[in-house]
Amino acid sequence: MLEACGMASAEELFSHLPEAVRLKRPLDLPAGISEYEIVDYFRRRAAENANGYASFLGAGVYHHFRPVLVDAVVSRGEFLTSYTPYQAEISQGTLTAIFEFQTMICQLTGMDVANASMYDGSTAVPEAVSMAVRSTGRKRVLVARSVHPEYREVLRTYARHQGMPVEEFGYLPEAGTIDLEELDRKIDDLTAAVIVQSPNFFGIVDRVKAAAEIAHRRGALLIVVFTEAVSLGLLEPPADADIVAGELQSFAISPSYGGPFAGIIATREKFIRQMPGRLVGQTTDSRGNRAFCLTLSTREQHIRREKATSNICTNQALIALMATVFMTVYGKQGLRELAQQNLAKAHYLAAKLKPRFSGRFFNEFVVQTASPDAINKSLLKKKIIGGLPLARFYPEFSDCMLLCATEMSKRADMDVVAEVLA
Amino acid sequence: MISKVRPHLSQNESLLFERSSPGKIAYQLPDLDVLPVDPIAILGVENVRSEIPGFPEVSEVEAIRHFTRLSTWNYAIDHGMYPLGSCTMKYNPRINELVARIEGLAWAHPYQPEALAQGSMEVMARLEAALAEISGMDAVTLQPAAGAHGELTGILLIRALLEKRGNPRKKILIPDSAHGTNPATAAIAGYAVENIASSATGMLDVSALARLVDRDVAALMVTNPNTLGVFEENIMQAAEILHAKGAMLYMDGANMNALVGIARPGDFGVDVLHLNLHKTFSTPHGGGGPGAGPVAVKKAFEPFLPVPRLKRSGKKWAYDYRRKHSIGRVRAFYGNFGVLVRALAYILAHGGPGLRNATVDAVLNAVYIRKQLEPYYDLPYASPNMHEVVFSDDRQAKAGVRTGDLAKRLIDYGFHPYTVSFPMIVHGALMIEPTETEGKLELDQFIAAMISIAKEVEADPQLVKNAPYGTRTSRVDEVTAARKPVLRWRPS
Repeated sequence: MLEACGMASAEELFSHLPEAVRLKRPLDLPAGISEYEIVDYFRRRAAENANGYASFLGAGVYHHFRPVLVDAVVSRGEFLTSYTPYQAEISQGTLTAIFEFQTMICQLTGMDVANASMYDGSTAVPEAVSMAVRSTGRKRVLVARSVHPEYREVLRTYARHQGMPVEEFGYLPEAGTIDLEELDRKIDDLTAAVIVQSPNFFGIVDRVKAAAEIAHRRGALLIVVFTEAVSLGLLEPPADADIVAGELQSFAISPSYGGPFAGIIATREKFIRQMPGRLVGQTTDSRGNRAFCLTLSTREQHIRREKATSNICTNQALIALMATVFMTVYGKQGLRELAQQNLAKAHYLAAKLKPRFSGRFFNEFVVQTASPDAINKSLLKKKIIGGLPLARFYPEFSDCMLLCATEMSKRADMDVVAEVLA
Repeated sequence: MISKVRPHLSQNESLLFERSSPGKIAYQLPDLDVLPVDPIAILGVENVRSEIPGFPEVSEVEAIRHFTRLSTWNYAIDHGMYPLGSCTMKYNPRINELVARIEGLAWAHPYQPEALAQGSMEVMARLEAALAEISGMDAVTLQPAAGAHGELTGILLIRALLEKRGNPRKKILIPDSAHGTNPATAAIAGYAVENIASSATGMLDVSALARLVDRDVAALMVTNPNTLGVFEENIMQAAEILHAKGAMLYMDGANMNALVGIARPGDFGVDVLHLNLHKTFSTPHGGGGPGAGPVAVKKAFEPFLPVPRLKRSGKKWAYDYRRKHSIGRVRAFYGNFGVLVRALAYILAHGGPGLRNATVDAVLNAVYIRKQLEPYYDLPYASPNMHEVVFSDDRQAKAGVRTGDLAKRLIDYGFHPYTVSFPMIVHGALMIEPTETEGKLELDQFIAAMISIAKEVEADPQLVKNAPYGTRTSRVDEVTAARKPVLRWRPS
């Protein structure tokens, strides 16, 4: 091949590079290793992590069983090793699955339209805010303190340089639901969006309808965030929202130390052209058969450049496919039963303890204890990872932890947690 | 002549919603080991939904057949060459998939105690160090979820440093050959965008740059090699011009597959750089993600990196959240960890020498394609190319055949098309990136297909304009899709 290129050595391939830019030494990285050694390396790293522990951590990342079909599907090279489906004629598999994904997200959330996925829930929030800012022509954002603290941090990073002032409003100290009076006091005619999460960070089903009324009365949009998608199997969908920004990790996406996950943005018909990210639409091919393709791309960066609705390009397609398979496997009946099992487990555990808040909760709740760290230390000795101590995010709750139970929580482990906490 | 493929039967399949029937299930749940509860009593009647209208009801066999049938309608790297320029569609080693699923890694919760997450933290620390060495930079953040997310992180870092120095400035300069994400990113980071026209050789116009750089310019965003696959030979001069005026050089690392082991951005004046692990480092594209877009920076930017940062605390890894100059978080938790595992596996498998060899092969493949196709397709820029080559449809357009038509005809020959109509500085671009994955056999088949298509254009242009013929879906009506958007299924 070199000869065909008229070259005597591979070094000639780079002879046009200025001398000063060339690396004159080998990279300081060890020589390559074999498959067996690679597996061995990562097994040893995995052994340095928690192994064989029961866990009661939630807070945005949940332990749910992953149906076996999920990996069977996403391991197929046709899905795993294909690119973004720009060439519709040879990408109908991915395009059809995304169209089904968009449809199921609409069915779950009660929205009219959903995009093909965002990076995760945390980055979906600022994207939703940008939609609201463009739609209302206003800039101010009000976010509930019961929205995931790390999501709020990400929002602040994004908002700071786009001239969007972000202010927070609180929760009721007894119920753990949003403080509607404070929201009513703080909202004004410059407010573009109000952001609430339900179930909120404390696990409590929040007052979405009431928040919508206040937001809409002042001409602001309501953005509803969710981190525990399984709750949508049982809870009334956030149909009063203008935009839903959520995280699908619960749908067969392994916790994987925080990613990759898949975020979603779903909204009403009238905001379609403000949406970020890819959208798949239905059409026909030249023979008249139903076909799908990426569409409305005049919103996107590769066409609109600096005037695009977002800079997002690569999203989380394969992870969204995991969620699609999950939703298919559980289906109408299964998702409800799964949600009911979560509810039953969490309420079994909560019945033995005293939840800090009186608000209705799904599969997470806050408990008060003298020392969350000491409790967790004793639990670790029993091979249990306890709840998340809230001190880091909520100084006022330095004596509290957030516990989560799912269908994977065993009664015996819950009994141990209750005993240690009692 | 079409030799790589021949038609075979392809299963029809309806949408899940159309094949659902009431009562069918594909799931299994264990019996509850606690008492069941009444959702309405616990959640309140106003909070409990009725059934989810239209949600799927299929059996397990129907579910697996559904997705398997869909999968067969896709082209994939596992089928053959995927020469999408700028996308670096290289082989995705299956070992990467295996190690990312090892239980202690895949089931690690981001909030589990640091003492019980040392393995994950070590993986990230090792990857940070490897990427710093490969890029010649001083520090790396793994938090960004994809390339565009890395760009945003990088530009925010530049803004933060300039702000600290007293003036965040107003503009970002972007060559007209850049990816669309670059200007979109600059806008989100609060900057105005000013385009720089490329020179006659398809390179950054350094004299134009010298004229444009003033105290309002925060940075130049440049892709190197650029989107023509051409190395910006004046890159060090560009860095000097920028630095002399207190502006920064940002590099889009989308094309790092041309440089690994050969040249390091940190050595040629780059201040901030993002890498696409789903391009250069072999993590699968998965039909459009997930990716990962780590950002590598020079020392001066280190205090501004997103929180948390990994730090060594005695013999253990720990997180440092208290960094007062940090731009903040760009994503919850620590990044697309599962993608990071795959990228590290790729780096370990290749090692230093192997990574360099991959670069050599990637460039050789692209140069070989150029040599073979130059007699048949117009090459608008004669500068030596690296890992990709960009032709134009100039000759074929005379017969009314455009790059998009040529691409669709390539499908009939059993290949995924190259990147169509990009970069925009080339009218009717054909952007071809073979990667190191392809051997001579596959390359020669591709070249033969391209030559055959060029001849078809001369003999029968309409044949090419109506392609593809061999696919189960013929040319798709994208205009109607955009004009009358149908973005979800509804019962008829």
